[in-house]
Amino acid sequence: MSIDLKTIKHISKLSRILVDEQKAEKLAGDLNSIFKFIEKLNQLNTDKVEPLTSVAETTLKLRSDEVKSKNIREQIIKNSPEDNEDFFVVPKVVE
Amino acid sequence: MSDITSQSLTQLVKNIKTKKLSSEDVTKAFVARSEKSKELNTYISEDFSNAIDKAKKFDEKPNLDLKLPGIPMAIKDLFCTKDIRTTAGSKILENFIPTYESTVTHNIWDEGAILLGKLNCDEFAMGSSNETSFYGNVQNPIDKGLVPGGSSGGSAAALSGQLTPITIGTDTGGSIRQPASFTGTVGLKPTYGSCSRYGIVAFASSLDQAGPMSQSVEDSALLLEVISSYDIKDSTSIDFKRNQYSKELTKNIKGKKIGIPKEYRVEGMPKEIEELWKKGIEYAKDCGAEIIDISLPHTNYALPTYYIVAPAEASSNLARYDGVKYGFRAKGKNLIDMYEKTRSQGFGAEVQRRIMIGTYVLSSGYYDAYYLKAQKVRKLIKNDFDEAYKKVDAILTPSTPSSAFKIGEKKDDPVSMYLNDIFTVPVNLAGLPAISIPAGHDAAGYPLGLQIIGKAFKEQEILNLAYAMEDKISFKNKITDWWIK
Repeated sequence: MSIDLKTIKHISKLSRILVDEQKAEKLAGDLNSIFKFIEKLNQLNTDKVEPLTSVAETTLKLRSDEVKSKNIREQIIKNSPEDNEDFFVVPKVVE
Repeated sequence: MSDITSQSLTQLVKNIKTKKLSSEDVTKAFVARSEKSKELNTYISEDFSNAIDKAKKFDEKPNLDLKLPGIPMAIKDLFCTKDIRTTAGSKILENFIPTYESTVTHNIWDEGAILLGKLNCDEFAMGSSNETSFYGNVQNPIDKGLVPGGSSGGSAAALSGQLTPITIGTDTGGSIRQPASFTGTVGLKPTYGSCSRYGIVAFASSLDQAGPMSQSVEDSALLLEVISSYDIKDSTSIDFKRNQYSKELTKNIKGKKIGIPKEYRVEGMPKEIEELWKKGIEYAKDCGAEIIDISLPHTNYALPTYYIVAPAEASSNLARYDGVKYGFRAKGKNLIDMYEKTRSQGFGAEVQRRIMIGTYVLSSGYYDAYYLKAQKVRKLIKNDFDEAYKKVDAILTPSTPSSAFKIGEKKDDPVSMYLNDIFTVPVNLAGLPAISIPAGHDAAGYPLGLQIIGKAFKEQEILNLAYAMEDKISFKNKITDWWIK
């Protein structure tokens, strides 16, 4: 299989990364060589294999649902590129 | 004492504890050498004057019972440090100042260490040469124009250049062990779940682990003792009994069974690596270990598996960088335009490539063919190790298929760059611990490393094997200080 420019446009949209024509061609080339390498996996029959989702053979621990961080509004907002003290500011979404 | 910076961590701790040296002496020595080493480009952020102040404060009321009493230390810029800029080597986090501390670094400062600064790394730890960093290439102290490896390239260079007595890196597919091998230093990737991932900028969450990088095996054992801890803040942290790794260190490895996997004899591997491996086998025998041939039949499938699993997890983890909550923001006509411009201007080429691979393999219609398939092969790879460990205690392999390469040499060919991690990646997929120790030089005088892979949670076992072999190898790094004018 091969990744064409249409597919690149589609992935770019899903990833929310702007890709111009020139970049798209380079990416298509790179991704094709990477997928050619990845497709080696198809040599293996894995019909009866259970997928491995975690190497940590442990069950997730439960804890009581308590509020541990209080009054950290300032800390949360501190690194935002734009805010008005209480809120993150983004470009207008509702006309 | 002019030779402070050439001392190992263990020696420095001893000299501070016996009051032969003060924390201020030691800190100033490493700061002075770091100041003269700008050409290596190891630091992204320096915190030198604060470090000297902290050292003075330590000396006023020294607590000599701590494990790292007044020891200065620079760390990879992937660990969040409270009130100190943390960039992950990316433009998108250029102005990010964490309001909290990672658990691993918290443990380190709690034992008395002092932060020198934050070290360069590949952007979001995605790379094998430190060339993907937004903050520029790092030079390998071994030779000018040589990559230090990656992604913990700044850590490895600062360590081997003696700008820090010890450091920490992170390892997702070899990012501690490969740079350690390229710079003639020791690097340990612990078992998945040993060291908390809390506060480490996430790359691929099912693979990422923090670990020590040092001049000697003993130093790594000591630092592992400090950073390995159960942490409620990391849901994959594992609550197991941790050893006193440095205290329990022994060179007695008589009768230990070491496996040699035939699949690691890859096509086109330089003769020097083959010979290094043979020498390693002899050293292990000399130490009293028993050598056993083993097979890890799915080794060849580890890299393709990794290049599905890691980008998939990365694409999900990096979705948080949207220009809203923190980090760089580009101007856009509307919200979507702002997202798309922020991410295309804020991320470098390799990170964008991996996000797009990850997005693709998780997308509708391709999930089963790629992601699910990779998870199944990952199971087969883990099964290989489980099977081998019925017969052996540890596995010995080369750390990398070559010595350090030139800056720019592999930059335009992602697949040839990825092949660097061929011996290290299977370990992350199986969640095992592994250590790389310097074991020889190639014809150009560049260092080569050997890797010892252990059973899960058996860090002590591989540290002991490495400790015994280190003694036999008696490796000396050839560093000329070429960058110091």
